[in-house]
Amino acid sequence: MSWAEMQPLLSQACWETLIMVGWSTLIAVAGGLPLGVLLVLTDRGGLLRNATVNKAVGVVVNLGRSLPFLILMISVLPFTRWVIGTTIGAEAMVVPLSIGAIPFLARLVETAVREVDGGLVEAVQAMGGSTWTVVRKALLPESLPSLIAGLTTTVIALIGYSAMAGTIGGGGLGDLAIRYGYQRFETSLMLVTIGVLIVIVTAVQLAGDLAARGASHRGRTSTTPRLRLLRPAAATEAS
Amino acid sequence: MITTTGLTKVYRSRDRETVALDGVDLHVREGEVYGVVGRSGAGKSTLIRCVNLLERPTSGTVEVAGRDLTALAGRSDRAGSALRTARTGIGMVFQHFNLLSSRTVRDNVELPLEILGVSGRERRRKALELLDLVGLADKARAYPAQLSGGQKQRVGIARSLAGDPKVLLSDEATSALDPETTRSILQLLRDLNQQLGLTILLITHEMDVVKAICDSAALMKGGRIVESGKVTDLLATPGSELAHELFPVGGEPSGEGRTVVDLTFHGEAATEPVISQLSRTYNIDISVLGAALETIGGRQVGRMRIELPGAFEDNVVPIGFLREKGLQVDVAPVAGDELVKEGAK
Ligand SMILES: Nc1ncnc2c1ncn2[C@@H]1O[C@H](COP(=O)(O)OP(=O)(O)OP(=O)(O)O)[C@@H](O)[C@H]1O
Ligand SMILES: [Mg+2]
Repeated sequence: MSWAEMQPLLSQACWETLIMVGWSTLIAVAGGLPLGVLLVLTDRGGLLRNATVNKAVGVVVNLGRSLPFLILMISVLPFTRWVIGTTIGAEAMVVPLSIGAIPFLARLVETAVREVDGGLVEAVQAMGGSTWTVVRKALLPESLPSLIAGLTTTVIALIGYSAMAGTIGGGGLGDLAIRYGYQRFETSLMLVTIGVLIVIVTAVQLAGDLAARGASHRGRTSTTPRLRLLRPAAATEAS
Repeated sequence: MITTTGLTKVYRSRDRETVALDGVDLHVREGEVYGVVGRSGAGKSTLIRCVNLLERPTSGTVEVAGRDLTALAGRSDRAGSALRTARTGIGMVFQHFNLLSSRTVRDNVELPLEILGVSGRERRRKALELLDLVGLADKARAYPAQLSGGQKQRVGIARSLAGDPKVLLSDEATSALDPETTRSILQLLRDLNQQLGLTILLITHEMDVVKAICDSAALMKGGRIVESGKVTDLLATPGSELAHELFPVGGEPSGEGRTVVDLTFHGEAATEPVISQLSRTYNIDISVLGAALETIGGRQVGRMRIELPGAFEDNVVPIGFLREKGLQVDVAPVAGDELVKEGAK
């Protein structure tokens, strides 16, 4: 297969992957961020202590996380059809990807927010700040580097999931690799696709690390992950 | 300015109760610096956190600047807007500074103003003015991670003043700092107290802090205030534990059958040659076991532990003479438990 033949296939697949990952990332943030913060606030010793809410959210999040993605994807097909009108294509795949990513990110957000020093919460309260002020002015900004790191992990996981989604008609790079590489023995196209995936995953990780470092002003005792230039193991695993 | 009545705080965990505050009546006058000292676990932090209701007292009331905060707080576990508004008028500084690492120094000082809803330009002006006041005008753009401990605490103080509070609460504000920096921070607090008429309630475990800036002090033990009052009055109170802690005089008696006496000199008496008069008048040999002279609250105060030959009964007249001279006389118990205990310390 020549490059001229591969090129349109690749750019189409990249576009589909971008749609799947982009939209589901946005939705994951919209859902996972509040859920993660809620998990911290409603926990024992939190500002909105509420055992019932905490348990309920915790159970839902754990359920979402323990379900293998393939099974989740298939089991939400009726819901996908109801929301999008079809179960085929990149747009349709945004539904299961988002549902999978929300609890994933929620746990990462929870961990990040929990790390914020309780003294800061107290300081904002002593100034007369409300719970919302504490969240907006202390919890989120102070955990921003960890939040960015969590988001990076989520995006990379979504790239991996989107490749899986491709197998049931979602399209994208994973679908391309399987259709041509596995089913038609177009080894060269498969190799190029894998190469593209590695580049994308590496770029995302790099950008995430840089952003996390940029957001951290804690000096040498930074909690930001160190720059991980290449993680071939993780990258291939994700594809 | 700050009054607590019958303040109690009981922490309940599954199988036991900790009484952190056990009926605390605290009274801090307007414009004074009030120090609360006590051992670790005495309940000092709990007390100061109850003053701005960061900690909800189990019972009792807290009044700050004439407002009953416990009534404002109501029964709800969360701080309502009335309580939050009241808190904006109470500054607080912390042992570990509690600055937001994600914000610059200036933005940290602006935070209370953001909460108060002050406009951007006004916030900036006020923050720079406050940073100037604490001597950090040149660090406005730095991040807390780039500051020394003393500088961080100055930012903490500037931040606590942003809402123009009448009252400042300080929980061990200097405990994480070296002696030199501690002195400069205490000086700053003293200046703010005098320039702005700020009432300061501070918690410390260092007697030197009380000596350096407090007008009044209280000693806490096991969740109760066991002694309190103006520092100068406390020093004049016979048997005052705080006075002894503030101003320890050591010295062991040289043997059996002697009387050990602690003398405290105030004002006039501090300059009179009382000891040599005593010696000449009664023709007795006096040994000085220990002595110290200090300035407390702008007044010179001296303390001396002396030893007179013979038992207490033999020394009633000389001790009377010392009292007549206006000295405060505390007689140590005869070969007493207290001396033994002090020897063991
Ligand atoms: N959140 C809490 N839960 C349970 N017990 C607590 C809590 N906070 C304080 N206590 C208990 O209350 C008592 C008083 O604590 P507090 O922190 O007020 O002491 P402190 O005088 O400030 O001591 P330190 O000098 O060490 O700071 C201690 O016995 C402590 O164990
Ligand atoms: Mg304490």
